Amino acid sequence: MSAVTVQNLVKTYASGGRRATDDVSLEVADGEFLVLVGPSGCGKTTLLRMVAGLETPDSGRVSIGGRDVTDLPARERGLSMVFQSYAIFPHMRVRQNIGFGLTMRKVPRDEFDRRVARAAELLRLTDYLDRYPAQLSGGQRQRVAVARAIVVDAAVLLMDEPLSNLDALLRLQFRAELKRIVSQLGTTTLYVTHDQAEAMSLGDRVAVMRDGRVAQLGPPLSVYDRPSDRFVGGFLGSPPMNFLTARVRDGLLAIGDASLPAPDQLSTWDGRDVVVGVRAENIQVSAQARPGWLPARVEVVEPTGAALLLTVRLGDEQLKVQAPTTFQATPDQPLHLYAPQDSLRFYDPETSLALPLTSPSAASSPSPVTSPSP
Amino acid sequence: MRRGRARVPAAVLLIAPSLVVMTALFAWPLVVGVGQAFSGPDGPTLAYARRMLDDPYFWPAVRNTALLVVVLIPIQFAFALTMALLLRERPRFAGAHFYVWVVPLAISDLAAGLVWLSVFADRGYLNSVLEHVGAGGYAWLSYENTTTMFLAVVVAELWRSTSLVLVIVVAGLQGVPKDYDEAASVFGATYWQRLRHVVLPQLRPSLQVALILRTILALETFAVAQALTGRSLPLLVGETYQWYNVLQNPNVATAIALVVLAVSMLAAVGYLRLLRDRTVTR
Amino acid sequence: MSRRRRWHRAAVQAACVAITLFMGVPIYLIALAALSSRESLNRFPLPLLPTDPSTETMSTFLSSTGVTGGFLNSLTVGLGTVALALLVGVPGGYAVARYAFRGRDTYQLFLLLTRALPIVVLSVPLARVFLDTGLYDTTYAVMLLHTALALPTTVLITAAIFVGVPHEQEEAAMIFGASPPQAFLRVVAPQALPGIAAAAMFAFMLSWNEVLGATVLTLNQRTLPAQVLTTLADSPLAYRFAGGLALVLPALVFIAVMRRYLLNMWGTTLR
Repeated sequence: MSAVTVQNLVKTYASGGRRATDDVSLEVADGEFLVLVGPSGCGKTTLLRMVAGLETPDSGRVSIGGRDVTDLPARERGLSMVFQSYAIFPHMRVRQNIGFGLTMRKVPRDEFDRRVARAAELLRLTDYLDRYPAQLSGGQRQRVAVARAIVVDAAVLLMDEPLSNLDALLRLQFRAELKRIVSQLGTTTLYVTHDQAEAMSLGDRVAVMRDGRVAQLGPPLSVYDRPSDRFVGGFLGSPPMNFLTARVRDGLLAIGDASLPAPDQLSTWDGRDVVVGVRAENIQVSAQARPGWLPARVEVVEPTGAALLLTVRLGDEQLKVQAPTTFQATPDQPLHLYAPQDSLRFYDPETSLALPLTSPSAASSPSPVTSPSP
Repeated sequence: MRRGRARVPAAVLLIAPSLVVMTALFAWPLVVGVGQAFSGPDGPTLAYARRMLDDPYFWPAVRNTALLVVVLIPIQFAFALTMALLLRERPRFAGAHFYVWVVPLAISDLAAGLVWLSVFADRGYLNSVLEHVGAGGYAWLSYENTTTMFLAVVVAELWRSTSLVLVIVVAGLQGVPKDYDEAASVFGATYWQRLRHVVLPQLRPSLQVALILRTILALETFAVAQALTGRSLPLLVGETYQWYNVLQNPNVATAIALVVLAVSMLAAVGYLRLLRDRTVTR
Repeated sequence: MSRRRRWHRAAVQAACVAITLFMGVPIYLIALAALSSRESLNRFPLPLLPTDPSTETMSTFLSSTGVTGGFLNSLTVGLGTVALALLVGVPGGYAVARYAFRGRDTYQLFLLLTRALPIVVLSVPLARVFLDTGLYDTTYAVMLLHTALALPTTVLITAAIFVGVPHEQEEAAMIFGASPPQAFLRVVAPQALPGIAAAAMFAFMLSWNEVLGATVLTLNQRTLPAQVLTTLADSPLAYRFAGGLALVLPALVFIAVMRRYLLNMWGTTLR
């Protein structure tokens, strides 16, 4: 088992001009499951491929288990990978596909059989070992790709959107299975996805990437709960975090015509605008007016089964609110909203970055980008 | 960057042999050829060009070649389009029909000439059929009957070389998504309207390639005419063969070859300008 | 509507049959002529059905001067062309398919341009060059010319084939311990093999059919078509018919074997 360290990786594609990864540094601890998540074109796959040795960085270093592998070809890095398209070999049977890495390592026959059988059993492929990939379903091909990756017992496992070609139901099933298998193996894993739900559910930590940089890195729940900037808040979670502009005035936070008490955090922002971020599930709703609650109006009602998703107009702003299914809502109906103060997050309207939790006079406050240790 | 830079030489290494072979066998002969045509024992000369122009066979060869291109190409494209559209209707035994229609792809022009010789020869199958039905025979390939001789060459070439156009058009049609065609028919377009406004415009790139290729190849028509008519119907490339093999004069032969090259290039450039894809430039 | 539809189907069917007759009957006739006895070929009108099939005409043709030699030369040149074209062309096709190198478009354009060069422009000067280098009138000379003619298509066909093998598969092989050559041999080559075989057959067919260059570049080492062409004027009809059939037969086999690849080969790759 080994940790993966990435230092100052820069990669520019000849065609793009823009940097695909821009001075990225991060560390995957030994045995950790780290998810790289971000919209397409954010550089997550490029980063993964540089770790794999399939792309060469313009500058920066990659090391695995303390060994600098930046100049080593992929085959000498001692890692294994699951590809987005699976990349299983159509001209080989499942057995040869799973055992490909073992064949390359010249593993003796009996050990080959034993290890392939074990991997096949783990992925429920035992009955399919003598078939060709063309005779398998999409989900089964995916299992072959995973079995091929785990059979080699590599120190590091890389996965490039392995679930994105499966249909929604299968994806959900296999996600849990994947989590079980990887945690059993305890392999250091670097996993790329554009699906925020996948990132949240799989990762020990997630790194949210944007424009070639890591916007935030941390355990999924803390990244979800305290997005370091508006982009992360908007990207993680469904529906995305709500953002509204408010003005801090005399210890109050004015949103449209209504106002709330402002937390101490905003003491130095008197007289200026801030952006308030709040998650849909943290907003409470009531049909009756109550003191301290904000009046609003329902625009759209979308039942999701487990809850009601309301699109609500508050002054000039639109909010997504999650209400219990018992709540009676019809379009155009007035309602009242309340969000506990500790669920509110505050962002600088110019930089979009989260405001420090304590007053800015405490200059030693950690930058929001650096991660809490895992 | 380290291996990124190393990657370019890998590609260059892979294409280098083909570049060397192509240059050695295309560019070099071209240079040698120009030398052959325009320089004699005493330096640069136009003597070979003049000799070519003065030859009584030269201008008829030019005329015949031009006429062949002008007559053959339109018929051939109409024929190939018809075949491709018929196949698109999914007739019964489409596979078998297609096989027979494309067999000539692999038949050489010489063989095609010999095949049609068996038909058009004085004592060939066409006259035999005419005899069977009681009509008199006809000397199709006689040098006295220039028109039928020419038509025989057109038919043989049509038979041999239409399959190339067909294959290009069929491949092009496969690239035309059925959606467009279906959408057009949902909006009430008739078959001919769909053909004119939907299918043909999308076939334009394929047709353009086919047109350039076929025109250049038609300018090189030679063995078909040779097999059917000998030198009775002179064609440009046939004259090259004549000058080189029979008259043993490579210089004049090269001069004629260069004329063929120049006309080919002109035709290609002309088509490209004429058929410039306006959807791209817009 | 349904009657119109039925009429339409019948018309399509009839048109297909008519075209098939036009394309197929000449092949039947040349086979009929070549497989008739010399005596029945001298009859007029010629019988339209195989009333007395005979191998006399064919065997006379095969035993004429230069035919066996021409046949062997054609075979040698064809196989040599295949070997050379693949050896030189497959790496080029692989490079076009896999690497985004500068000048790739220029390279492809160059290949296409060479297709537009009339063979005759190459052959006569090449004869000069080969005379100077001592290659004139050898099978090697013809082989080289045919390689040059087959090369552009070989590169473009093989490129199309390699594009069909996803690059990720090669990457996967390398992740799991294969060196680049191993990845090519174990993963790409087995999948590309049928396509490469098709490219090989294409090169062979091109060489088998090429007449003019082979005639210009040789005196004694004629290939079969060159032999037939140069003796055309002085030979009896029977000889010409037999020669025609001998040249057509491989085409029938070739197209039957290659049907799957025809569209790729002549259709799309020519763009």
